[in-house]
Amino acid sequence: MIKIIKYVIADILRNKIVIAYTAFLLAIGMSVFNLEDNTTKGLLSLLNIVLIVVPLVCIIFSTIYVYNSAEFIELLVSQPLQRKHIWLSLFSGIALALVLAFFIGIGLPVLLYSFTPTGFILVVVGLLLTVIFVAIALLAAVNTRDKAKGIGIAVLLWLYFSLLFDGLILFILFQFADYPLENLMLVLSALNPVDMGRILILLKMDISALMGYTGAIFQNFFGTTTGMIATILVMMLWMVLPVFFSLRIFKRKDL
Amino acid sequence: MKPVFLCIGFLLSVYCTPISAVTLHVEKGHSIYSIQQAVNMAKNGDTILVAPGNYKEKNITINKPIVLLGNNYPVIDGEHTYQLISVRADGVIIKGFKLIHSGTSSLIDIAGIKVYDVKNITIENNILEDTFFGIYLQGATHCTIKNNRLTAYAKTDQQSANGIHCWKCDSLSIIGNTVTGHRDGIYFEFVTNSLIWKNRSIKNSRYGLHFMFSHNDAYIANIFQNNSAGVSVMFTHGVSMLNNVFEDNWGDGCYGIFLKEITDSHISGNTFLRNTTAIFFEGATRILVEKNTFIKNGWAVKIQANSIQNTIKNNNFLANSFDIATNGSLVENTFNKNYWDKYEGYDLNKDGVGDVPYHPVSMFSMIVAENPTAMILFRSFMATLFDKTEKILPSLTPENLVDKLPLMKPLRL
Amino acid sequence: MIIATNVTKKFGRLTVLNNVSVNCNKGECIALIGPNGSGKTTLVKSILGMVVPDSGFITFNGLNILHNWEYRRHIGYMPQIGRYPENMTIGHLFTMMKDIRKAEQQGPLDEELLHAFGLPAMMEKRMRTLSGGTTQRVSAALAFLFNPDVLILDEPTAGLDPVASEILKEKIINEKQKGKLIMITSHILSELDDLVTQVIYMQDGNLLFHKSMAHLQKDTGETKLSKAIASVMRNQ
Repeated sequence: MIKIIKYVIADILRNKIVIAYTAFLLAIGMSVFNLEDNTTKGLLSLLNIVLIVVPLVCIIFSTIYVYNSAEFIELLVSQPLQRKHIWLSLFSGIALALVLAFFIGIGLPVLLYSFTPTGFILVVVGLLLTVIFVAIALLAAVNTRDKAKGIGIAVLLWLYFSLLFDGLILFILFQFADYPLENLMLVLSALNPVDMGRILILLKMDISALMGYTGAIFQNFFGTTTGMIATILVMMLWMVLPVFFSLRIFKRKDL
Repeated sequence: MKPVFLCIGFLLSVYCTPISAVTLHVEKGHSIYSIQQAVNMAKNGDTILVAPGNYKEKNITINKPIVLLGNNYPVIDGEHTYQLISVRADGVIIKGFKLIHSGTSSLIDIAGIKVYDVKNITIENNILEDTFFGIYLQGATHCTIKNNRLTAYAKTDQQSANGIHCWKCDSLSIIGNTVTGHRDGIYFEFVTNSLIWKNRSIKNSRYGLHFMFSHNDAYIANIFQNNSAGVSVMFTHGVSMLNNVFEDNWGDGCYGIFLKEITDSHISGNTFLRNTTAIFFEGATRILVEKNTFIKNGWAVKIQANSIQNTIKNNNFLANSFDIATNGSLVENTFNKNYWDKYEGYDLNKDGVGDVPYHPVSMFSMIVAENPTAMILFRSFMATLFDKTEKILPSLTPENLVDKLPLMKPLRL
Repeated sequence: MIIATNVTKKFGRLTVLNNVSVNCNKGECIALIGPNGSGKTTLVKSILGMVVPDSGFITFNGLNILHNWEYRRHIGYMPQIGRYPENMTIGHLFTMMKDIRKAEQQGPLDEELLHAFGLPAMMEKRMRTLSGGTTQRVSAALAFLFNPDVLILDEPTAGLDPVASEILKEKIINEKQKGKLIMITSHILSELDDLVTQVIYMQDGNLLFHKSMAHLQKDTGETKLSKAIASVMRNQ
């Protein structure tokens, strides 16, 4: 399996998009800290990168890469290799390459310029979201044969997680404003990894504001060890489940 | 400044007592073994020097102008039952004692040291531990409370009372005290012309400073930290709040400063760090807020629509979650020449002032004001889009809440 | 060696394999013949596990191939249209394939075709730059490289020039003589005359017949495979 991962990574590195992505992140990572004398503001700019750009790039790149690897997959499937290993290697290879890109691009500048709890959690959330969106992309790509349709689904999924889901939450909040919704919000946020990641960062970045009435509930949940472990577990589920379901489909897929 | 001069004059008068005064020594196992005994024996102007030891006196009452000095912090223990010292004469000085375990009561105000309707009292360098009220002044004038350390350990509001409690007083100087674990750190009600300077009020269960109907007072260079409701200033005019630090006052209904029905006051040079709300204006009028620094607060300023003619200028707003929030669309306050780190305008003529006005109220802060739970969506892509749209097409945020001269660089304060 | 039993496969509403059963044994050289879209390639891919049948099962040396993968080490497969990672060079491709199959590989590699096709001279070329014929040569060389017991060749000569075609044919004959099972699909029937011992004829997903060459010649009275098949089709 490691052999296949090796070839996947070698191939990804050769097609230069990941290099460009790394350079892009690094340029942003360095410039926000060098242009702003205030590192908190730099972290704030990176927050948008982590919550919006990283999922978008990860899901689109991974989807396209899976489609472009059709030949490679076909070649491997006719060889004495387990389909499980082929698929997991593909996932690990893409995820590893993108995680590396994110770590170099955003992780290093943050660790250099703003090694604070906020910066640390920002990098962790970025890494988690990278892997999660690779997993979601694999599920989107394995389900549709048509490349254009697959990419379309990937973009829609991104839109859903970044925007539509939150719109839905806002709608619920105002529609049912007379009811206590805080605990429901806790549950709902688990349905969107981007929201979970964002709340984890908010708990460090905007703790003062979050200590208001509503925020205290989030703090009481996410701020505790149990809450932290639960959150990380749910984020892990967001990685494992899409990969698991995509693998089930891939195992029976005709090539 | 006036209270400071008064206080210095008062100190001089105390030290220049007649030479005829004698010193009485109190020590366990000696002829004078209790403080009350010494007080009873002393004449006006005498000094009582108390040797180290544990004195269980049942409420020492001082009814003549004497000096009470503790040598190396003798302990006066109230055995959880009694008040420790009652001062009922002018010109009394109490220094260097450790006062512990006063009684507690919900009917009468039991204190470590209680001062009744007298003047020119000095209470200095004492340690108060586990007292109900700490130092309690009622109807006192020209008193100095200096460098005392007050610590209480009560778990609930009912069991605890205020650290330095002043009621109907005038011309007090409260200087360099540290108050922890009380209900309100420093409590002022009907106290006028007084100074609160260089005190530290930390981890009190209600307000760090509680201030009502107390006109023409100044509090300067104090530190208010981690109090569960911050600082509250109410129904007062003519307060100067200068160079204080308000830090880590977290929680709903918890403010760096809560201003209610305040008029003609001055807030300058203060630092507000990591408070849920740094300053909350409710019915506040003609207040000048200048040269303050607001860092990492949830809301730097919340201003209710019933607050008018306030001026907020030359402040630094840095890394706050929200800079300004308000509950109405009509805002009759002036915002000028502040530095806002969220400002994204430009300065073509290089005069240091941005060419585009800054609207410090974000759309999302209006949403959160309406529905606090929406805070869960803070900094989401959608919230960002809302704010950007609102910047281009203002609809919900108050149009006249605007800084027309936003600064390009933070002020050096 | 390979036994397919009642294999059915549908793509949507289209039935591509309808209850197909075949039995292929060592030393045979089987021609899989039928018009376009008759299900030849699907059958081959089912044997390779690339297509999973809806019903029925396939065994390889007595073992069901479903969820099994190790049997593929005994198979060399040359696809109809070889599709390879575009950014890889031929050299990389061979290195990778050797690397992947290294663990299972016993005995020496069979690089005869590799050299016969002149591939070592263009190891640096990327796969996307190759012509169809060169790609076919690569496919063929890969199929024979690991000296497998079974060779499955899907339209092996399509796109190859006559010289290469001849080299490949020689190679197939050689391997047949070593007692390997060889399965060839093709619709250029004249190519197969010298090779074939068995014929499987498919149409619209159905297996019409599976006969030995001798049997077929006797039934139709034709010696040439193409003529024999034509006669079968006429008689239907």
